[in-house]
Amino acid sequence: MADVVVEHGRVARTASARKRTGLHNALKRKSTVAFFLTLPLILLIALFVLYPALFSIHLATLNKSMQKFVGFGNFTFLFKRETFWMVVKQSCIFAVTAVFFKALIGFIVAHFVHNIPAKGQRKWRGMLLVPWVIPPAMSTLAWLWLFDPSYSAFNYTLSFFGIGPINWLGDAAWARFSVILVNVWYGAPFFLIMYLAALKSVPDQLYEAAAIDGANWWQKIWFITLPMMRNIIAITTLFSLIVTFANFDIVRILTSGGPLDQTQIFATYAFRVGIESNDIPLGASVSLFMVPILAVAAIFILRDVNKRGNES
Amino acid sequence: MSRKTLTRRQFVAATAMSSTALIAAPYVRGAYAAGKLSIGFWDHWVPGANDASTAMVKEWAEKEKVEVSIDYITSNNKKIELTVAAEAQAKSGHDILQMYTWWPHAYAEQFEPVNDVVEEAIKQNGEVNDTVKYLGKADGKWLAVPATPGSQIKGPCSRIDLMKKHAGIDVQELYPVGAPPKADSWNMDTFLKAAEACQKAGFPFGIGLGETTDSVDTAGAIFQSFGAELVNAKGDVTVKTDEVRQALEYYKKLIAFLPPDAPSWDDASNNKWLISGRGALIMNPPSAWAVAKRDAPQVAEQCWTHGFPSGPKGRYAPFLPYFWGLWNFSKNKASAKSLLAFLSQPSSIEKFVAASGGYDLPAYAKMTTLKTWAEVGPPKGTLYHYPNPYNHQTLSIAASPAPPKIAQQIYAQATLTKMALRFAQGEKLETALAWGEGECEGFMRT
Repeated sequence: MADVVVEHGRVARTASARKRTGLHNALKRKSTVAFFLTLPLILLIALFVLYPALFSIHLATLNKSMQKFVGFGNFTFLFKRETFWMVVKQSCIFAVTAVFFKALIGFIVAHFVHNIPAKGQRKWRGMLLVPWVIPPAMSTLAWLWLFDPSYSAFNYTLSFFGIGPINWLGDAAWARFSVILVNVWYGAPFFLIMYLAALKSVPDQLYEAAAIDGANWWQKIWFITLPMMRNIIAITTLFSLIVTFANFDIVRILTSGGPLDQTQIFATYAFRVGIESNDIPLGASVSLFMVPILAVAAIFILRDVNKRGNES
Repeated sequence: MSRKTLTRRQFVAATAMSSTALIAAPYVRGAYAAGKLSIGFWDHWVPGANDASTAMVKEWAEKEKVEVSIDYITSNNKKIELTVAAEAQAKSGHDILQMYTWWPHAYAEQFEPVNDVVEEAIKQNGEVNDTVKYLGKADGKWLAVPATPGSQIKGPCSRIDLMKKHAGIDVQELYPVGAPPKADSWNMDTFLKAAEACQKAGFPFGIGLGETTDSVDTAGAIFQSFGAELVNAKGDVTVKTDEVRQALEYYKKLIAFLPPDAPSWDDASNNKWLISGRGALIMNPPSAWAVAKRDAPQVAEQCWTHGFPSGPKGRYAPFLPYFWGLWNFSKNKASAKSLLAFLSQPSSIEKFVAASGGYDLPAYAKMTTLKTWAEVGPPKGTLYHYPNPYNHQTLSIAASPAPPKIAQQIYAQATLTKMALRFAQGEKLETALAWGEGECEGFMRT
């Protein structure tokens, strides 16, 4: 009897020892360590990104008084609104134009900076990054004063050349130009720094070989620089597209969506409808409308990046 | 090392004393015996006005033994709206929250009825105007208490010299200090002629056509003076009416005399317009005048705040009341009501008005002739007619009398100014009306 008990105890001890070893091994595994190290970030993302995202989906399915489930009712309502389609069009114009010019300016300036001798390059890099590091709400206020309806510093300067006054924020075309301009000013340094990093990783031998073959500067850009930078261009464009589509502060501070809603974009319109007009479910629906647009863009861009990764 | 021993007798005595103290404790009135109260007040732009509020609350708290904490919340960038929305969603936050215009109705179900407080205040201070009832009351239930701080009339603030010189209008004669207005001639036609004359002289009226409240409030009063309602009190869309057409025709004529950049104006633009000396008139509470006193005294000396011009259907002035709401999730409702009653007493109201230099307006009939408005200057008496002491104009809010939840959408989305601007910028009248009708139909969501 006693033997049996001892036997049982040994079995139990062996099992628990094996379990301990298993846990010990699991803890020793790199992936487990990595998981625990990233856990705080995962929790933060779940709390501040995932939960609000799910909550906004929930809100978008409620009626105005948030007491009844209406499914896609808010979206079908929006699809019938003229103003909403204007917002969709304007958001696309705003994001695509701004991203295009940010990429173009970033690409050109990155080349200039790349060609500056290493000694002086750091201070140029620092200076050119200034627009990107100033909080946009603050820098946009400075732009607002420059565009001020009545006391514009730009108009004052232009008056010396007999030009203007330009109604920067009161005329629809100029207002759109102004909000895009400020967005480009703010966002171009991001492209600059990414492209500069990409340029630095292109081997010099390729350019040397091309020079021996008699390639001119354009051919070097077209056949060497651009193919070598394709992935970084694609990823940067995607990131910027997401951020620009979701922009709020620049438009809110400069025009509040006016005049006549002609600079209204998704985020500002969602705020107008959701918070100012107290229709939170409709506001949530407006902001969620960005998701499919960005998801389609993300799928195409990332698929392309992936394909090239596999090819190489 | 000495060691004190406790005898059995000492132990029993100590236990008895402790028990007595514990049982008796609730009956001892401590420093904060009546609990805690958390308040979110509007952050007043007048220096020192917040201090006056704090002092009054402190005085009450010391008397009532309540521990009070106050947050002053700015109205800039819709911080108040965001706070109201967040607290309503979370069902947690301040006990009392100050808010303006549409918000008591927006969260009507979540506010504790305050009939006892408001009815008592009305007994003491006189009846409240119809706009306060429209915004603060639903189905016989007072949703919030009318607050003096922040409440304002956005009537004309004219330049005495420029109006006299270019438009031939003596605003001091129309609105004399200490006497009823003699403003029968001050109507929409006179106003239009004055706008034209001042614009030709290089001092256009500074009326915004943007989407912020100053622009919307002016449009609201002009529409109402023509009897134009986009949605009536029953909730029917009434955009395509002769009254709305007349109001739009009038606005189109007026817009021709306003600054060309008026469509992009915000609530600060008209203040800057007056203070810089570029305009002969703006529609604003006396904040622009108060800033001019500091930054451009020569302009301030020429400012006169007065009544709105009358239209075919009456004389309407934009009134923006603020309210103190008491959340139904508050854990100290009795104390909160006691504080709100204290802040609604005549002596408190007088202190609020004095601390704000006359900017804050009580909603009560008997409180429109306080000495502050007669005394402040320069020029002396510039604010005498600001609180509408002779009731010669109807205090109203844009988009009323539509049911408040619909009116809030018309107001927040600036449908009135947008319609006027569309028409003035060349859109056909019927197209602008059709657009407005479509918008209003969209606001019927429940």
